[in-house]
Amino acid sequence: MNIVLIQVLLIVVVVAVAARLFRSRGARSQAVRRLGLLMFAAFAVVSILFPNLWNRMATVAGVRRGTDLVLYALVVAFLSFTVTTYLRFRDFEARYTRLARRLALDEVRTNATSRPAAKPVADEDGADSPPATDQA
Amino acid sequence: MNDDVWLVVPLYNEAAVIGDVVAQARETFPHVVCVDDGSSDGGAAAAAAAGAVVVQHPVNLGQGAALQTGFEYALTRPDMKWVVTFDADGQHQTSDVLAMLEKARAEDLAVVFGSRFLDDRTDAGLLKKLVLRMAVGYTNLTTHTKLTDAHNGLRLISREVVEQLEITQNRMAHASELVQQIGALDIRYAESPVHILYTDYSKAKGQSLWNAVNILAELILR
Repeated sequence: MNIVLIQVLLIVVVVAVAARLFRSRGARSQAVRRLGLLMFAAFAVVSILFPNLWNRMATVAGVRRGTDLVLYALVVAFLSFTVTTYLRFRDFEARYTRLARRLALDEVRTNATSRPAAKPVADEDGADSPPATDQA
Repeated sequence: MNDDVWLVVPLYNEAAVIGDVVAQARETFPHVVCVDDGSSDGGAAAAAAAGAVVVQHPVNLGQGAALQTGFEYALTRPDMKWVVTFDADGQHQTSDVLAMLEKARAEDLAVVFGSRFLDDRTDAGLLKKLVLRMAVGYTNLTTHTKLTDAHNGLRLISREVVEQLEITQNRMAHASELVQQIGALDIRYAESPVHILYTDYSKAKGQSLWNAVNILAELILR
């Protein structure tokens, strides 16, 4: 019964973190991430000062030892770190792609205008609006 | 003839065949743009020599990114009415494209997808067929479209639709993304049978079926 409790708890947290990170970006999720980090740091300090805290919490959650609880928490933290990093890289890649594409298309345009036979292409301003910035 | 059609050919290390592919395609469709996706062989020069416009990505970005670049280039041509996505490795045939154009014009369609599974000309392996079926099942499920083959590289897309497309999946998941974006538009589309030539060359270069896993991951984690 006790084991079920921690399992339910962990699954809920994992799913919540995943859903949160999958579905939303922008200022709010960034703020949530930072608050989470702040709380994580604060709790780390507290748990260093009162090592027995983890044991007591573990008992409440239905885990035998505090170290196990720390391990579980670490798994969750690592998962969210992985997803966040993945999404960050995706954003980064999207920008980098726009940059490379613009370079490639500009190069063709320059070549086309320098050749008298070829017709210069129409300008296409506004096709690449800058992406919304949501990272620090 | 066919002056309003632009073939968009993503090109990545296909120097051995691209010259022939472009030359052959240009017999029917004079306008070809090859998007060289950072190839390290002489493919871009071969394509240019065969008469294609070559747009060169400074670094390798992926096939999806190359298609989007090709679309954006084609949109700069005011006379362009149709874009055809066409593979660089010689798998596709211009006769199929002509049939697709005819169908689009006759039935007033904005998009025609090529499908390997509308007739039995294409000889794909059993496992490949199975994976492609599962892939199209997933795509249909998630995009409210009804297609028989969503991962075919041969497509005919009208200018008004190209204007509304934005492929962000740089790598392999772009085919599903395209279907999804087209499915979300209020336009008429259909499929047309195509014959994919699985030559020894294209087989050797072809997609590993493991890519199905990668595509799924890219689609879910977006």
